[in-house]
Amino acid sequence: MNFDFSDDQKLLADQVKRYLDDNCGMDRVRQVLTGSPRMAQDVWEGLARMGLLGTAVPESYGGAGAGYAELCLVAQQLGAHIAPVPFGSTVYLVAEALLLWGSQAQQEYWLPQICAGTVKGALATVESVGQLTPGQIHAEVVNGALCGKKVVVTDGGVADLYLVMAKHGDQLSLFLVERAAQVDVLNVDSVDLSRDVAQVNFQNAPAQLLVAQGWNALEVLQNRAAVLYAFEQLGGAQRALDMAVAYAQERFAFGRAIGSFQAIKHMLADMFVSLKLAESNCYYAAWALANNTADLPLAAATARVSATQAFQLCAKDNIQVHGGMGFTWEFDCHLYYRRSNYLALELGSLSEWEARLVEALPRVENI
Amino acid sequence: MDFTDTPAEAAFREQARDFIAANAPHYLAEHLAKSGFGHTNTGEHDALSEAKKWQRTKAQAGWACLQWPTEFGGRGASPIENVIWSQEEGLYSRLTGTFIIGQGMCAPTLMAFADPSHNTRLLPKLASGEEVWCQLFSEPHGGSDLAGLRTKAEKDGDEWLVNGQKIWTSGAQHSDYGLLITRTDATVAKHKGLTMFFLDMKSPGVRIVPIKQANGNSEFNEVYFENVRIPDDQRVGGVGEGWRVAITTLMNERMAIGGSIATGFPEILEWAQSAQLNGRPALEDPNVKSKLADWYVKAAGLKNNASRQITTLSKGGLPGPENSMGKLVAGNMMQDIAKFALDLQGLSGVLVDPSVAEGAARFQAMLLRSPAVRIEGGTDQILRNIIGERVLGLPEDMRADKGIAFSDIPTSAL
Repeated sequence: MNFDFSDDQKLLADQVKRYLDDNCGMDRVRQVLTGSPRMAQDVWEGLARMGLLGTAVPESYGGAGAGYAELCLVAQQLGAHIAPVPFGSTVYLVAEALLLWGSQAQQEYWLPQICAGTVKGALATVESVGQLTPGQIHAEVVNGALCGKKVVVTDGGVADLYLVMAKHGDQLSLFLVERAAQVDVLNVDSVDLSRDVAQVNFQNAPAQLLVAQGWNALEVLQNRAAVLYAFEQLGGAQRALDMAVAYAQERFAFGRAIGSFQAIKHMLADMFVSLKLAESNCYYAAWALANNTADLPLAAATARVSATQAFQLCAKDNIQVHGGMGFTWEFDCHLYYRRSNYLALELGSLSEWEARLVEALPRVENI
Repeated sequence: MDFTDTPAEAAFREQARDFIAANAPHYLAEHLAKSGFGHTNTGEHDALSEAKKWQRTKAQAGWACLQWPTEFGGRGASPIENVIWSQEEGLYSRLTGTFIIGQGMCAPTLMAFADPSHNTRLLPKLASGEEVWCQLFSEPHGGSDLAGLRTKAEKDGDEWLVNGQKIWTSGAQHSDYGLLITRTDATVAKHKGLTMFFLDMKSPGVRIVPIKQANGNSEFNEVYFENVRIPDDQRVGGVGEGWRVAITTLMNERMAIGGSIATGFPEILEWAQSAQLNGRPALEDPNVKSKLADWYVKAAGLKNNASRQITTLSKGGLPGPENSMGKLVAGNMMQDIAKFALDLQGLSGVLVDPSVAEGAARFQAMLLRSPAVRIEGGTDQILRNIIGERVLGLPEDMRADKGIAFSDIPTSAL
């Protein structure tokens, strides 16, 4: 058994870490909080130059032709740095959908541009408050033209290419829609100010069919993306724990380092346990994704649920360990708290993933 | 990442399988499969003698204590081979519980600290199951604060005279030998005045009293020492070095991986998959789904974490203190699962009579035994301290007993 990433894969992770340490520190993240658009274009271009946008895209489409285990490690570093770039939307969702269902012409046209960083993507599904259901979707494509309003589109303000769920005849399908005059974009604030979020109104926008069975396709896409987002959550959780541990060691109260108090120490131990369980589940899911195993839906839901739990716990208790300082704008704790709560919803909420996990469980005699 | 065996590992696994197919007590398989939580079911056969028989069979063919040197009755195998063996032994490993403390904790301590002449005499009999060992560490006044123990050993010529009391000793009643930690000097700081011995459990002055536990069972004992004489050559490590020796013993608890720790998850999943709630399958209930998902990710996390430990072993590394989390997670989870299963059973959940309660009262047994899981072998709180201090590098708590003589440490009223 070798349940670990290879030395080459770890080397890649280290290169990404060093690049982000140098170019996407918290000062860079903070610049986008009040700016417009809410993304770091320079970091995006840097990731493109390093070939990371096409980590799992075949070389024939301009990618690096590495694999999903590598992409998981890239995601982990992006999560640790809460990088303000549309990486997930573009790479885990739009590029992945093109790889899964795109025609050869669609793949040849879009994938090289995505890998080069010149085309950014966004997934547009949600139309109202509430967990996503097929009945919620009213956007419709008639004669190749899309009409409808998507109210929460992550990276919708910076996207060049939208992956849109819309009615098509008597079913829901996924369409590709280019940013054009018929696409009206309004940026809105979200709980995570380091993310670009927009409302996107499509008014007779030209739409190309990507996959007809859209609802099933979305589940397949989410299962794959859940693993990658889970690695982002893992990276964020680790950083939040590291911050909390460092503060508990240096902050003194009652004449001693606060980390020597068991009330603090035990909270940090619980954060560690949650993170370690999530990490091991994510490793398994990375293997399942890279090898496209039959148990990917269960592995993905498991990684997703435990990574969501771990990041939310570590981010919230990181603030608690920091006390009052943790609630200031100046300290970075809130940025991780915000990101943890954005990621917890980005691909469907925790309760939805819990339900998916239970549906994917084998009958008990097979465990 | 790769979950397959190397060719050498596959060959070793094949050998292990062949041996088990040809020699395991297959007549016990059906009973062993029905072993409840904390209980080895051997049907109409005597559990201890069946355990000793399987152990002897293994030892004669070199399948006992695989990692020990051959001169001590082992096989000289690698850690990963040991893991492969545990996986293959499967159901039959339920017969090995009697030997775990002796083989897993006492033996490594003897190998590190005892006189080699003792080891060549004692260890092969420990490996073959002919002799059983117990560990005499915890005391009424020294549980989590183990170094606060009071059992006194005084030098008397070439012997030591031991007086005091141990508690929570598993298997004392059928042990031949015990590993005993004592206080030999109360005038120095508490960690410095300790000395380790091994002794014949049949020595005059040793009295074993079973403890009736909160769940009504008796797995543990109190052991009383009244003027028990131990020859000085049965000292394990130097006088005053007992703490260092004890740490070696306790560190070896962590090595016992490869098997899986009971969480109660397979049981609750099976129950939830068949149970009804408000006239609908329980699995359709969002609350049930949420709890099952939460427990599953924990159980899966422990299992996947074990795979990472095995990887570490196969690369020549050792499991670290982070493995303290296994019991911390599993103990709490089992207690929660038991509580929830009873909740789903309504008032019938109160029944503990196996002939009428659901699943032969498996969840009721978990409910009543699980509090001990969170205490034995390190309480939840001690485990969190270990993670906090040894994994995360946090400073120790302030101690009221630091740097003062043991005899001057404040104690609770007797």
